[in-house]
Amino acid sequence: MSDSATMTDQIRVLVAKPGLDGHDRGAKIVARALRDAGMEVIYTGIRQTPDMIAEAALQEDVHVVALSVLSGAHLELFPRVVEACGQRGITPDNTLFLGGGIIPDEDAEVLQDAGFSAVFGPGAHTGDIAEYVRAHVPELDRS
Amino acid sequence: MTTEAAATSTFRLSGRLAELEERLLSGDRRALARVLSWVESGDQRGRDMLRALYPRSGRARTIGLTGSPGAGKSTVTNELAKAFRQRGQTVGIVAIDPSSPYTMGAILGDRVRMTELYLDSDVFIRSLASRGALGGLSAATQDVVHVLDAYGKDVILIETVGAGQDEVDIAGAAQTTILVNTPNMGDEVQTLKAGIMEIADVLAVNKSDLPGADRMVSALKALLSLNPDRGWDPPVVRVVATQGEGTEQLVEACDAHFDELQSSGRLKTAELERARQQITSLARANVLKELRTESGEERLAKLANDVASRTADPHTAAAAWLART
Repeated sequence: MSDSATMTDQIRVLVAKPGLDGHDRGAKIVARALRDAGMEVIYTGIRQTPDMIAEAALQEDVHVVALSVLSGAHLELFPRVVEACGQRGITPDNTLFLGGGIIPDEDAEVLQDAGFSAVFGPGAHTGDIAEYVRAHVPELDRS
Repeated sequence: MTTEAAATSTFRLSGRLAELEERLLSGDRRALARVLSWVESGDQRGRDMLRALYPRSGRARTIGLTGSPGAGKSTVTNELAKAFRQRGQTVGIVAIDPSSPYTMGAILGDRVRMTELYLDSDVFIRSLASRGALGGLSAATQDVVHVLDAYGKDVILIETVGAGQDEVDIAGAAQTTILVNTPNMGDEVQTLKAGIMEIADVLAVNKSDLPGADRMVSALKALLSLNPDRGWDPPVVRVVATQGEGTEQLVEACDAHFDELQSSGRLKTAELERARQQITSLARANVLKELRTESGEERLAKLANDVASRTADPHTAAAAWLART
């Protein structure tokens, strides 16, 4: 067991599902994988509005906001979450935005322009997601 | 002693920290969130912030909620928060879930039951991982509560990890402790056992629309009737948290307990006891931290060898480690 005094760099991740689809299996699997990679994962449940997600990200002071949508509404919902976060000072400079779901490559490009640093579709390995987070969190401006 | 205390009350931050303190005290939730992270991780900036903010704490009412996993602590917390908000009081919630002993990762899922509070800007919810602490809280829980208190929250609800029988730290961290029970949690012998059953100031029987609720209530009441007179008889309140039933009675029970603490003078003695406990536990953590230097770890490895191979007993080895010889 680690000593709690060595926990200063603990990575905190918000896993959230915006919109109306109730399929949270993927979100839960990613949450579990990030937990097993040693991260603290705040899970907020399904059917969240962009404002609810942004408010949770603010209060929990997370390094990562990971969103999952399986209904096809990602182009509609994901940028609105980034926008709601931005209104609270949570921006791609200080927070990693990740998207997951059934997302075509051309949509992934649009999302990257909207502030998402990576999009993980079907077939993505959970280990790769954890590795991506670990590699990119240190680049964030957390001052 | 007094000189150290005086040092805290006259301590001033400068530069960016002073600016952040000002933002926090003017109600900036993002400043609060960042300070809580520093305080939680033991960052020096967190220490300085806490030192500056501490004199402003001590005004909030603190209520702890504990009970087994799945008993409904988060749902009851959500109901209590709504009730205090209806009275116009601001609410802070500190919800703790366990860290993995293997990876130190954690799933913090208490928010799932609190989504209706998300957009109320007078409710601030912070999820904490236990990070290796064993008493049902995390090492930084008290400090997080102090900061929320200094920020100006009127009521702070502290939800423990799903507790078994021995996770009783909450009794030292909150003014009022609610134990959340459910029907059919075992026979009467369970209610006779020492530990968590003893620390409850208020007992809630949640899910009391389920069969077995009557028996649970009477078993708890029978147990409580055997308690020595401590000036307060913990009430047993039936609750169906998912329906909002019993919330009012639960809040009344908490109020009655708080009134009793005030009128009996026990509020002050309990505060002293809390301070004492926090000082000793921080001192314990500091001693351990000082021992766990590189050379300390080497000596620990040698001593562990001696103990495992039976050339030294654990007590002698611990004394040797502490003596740094």
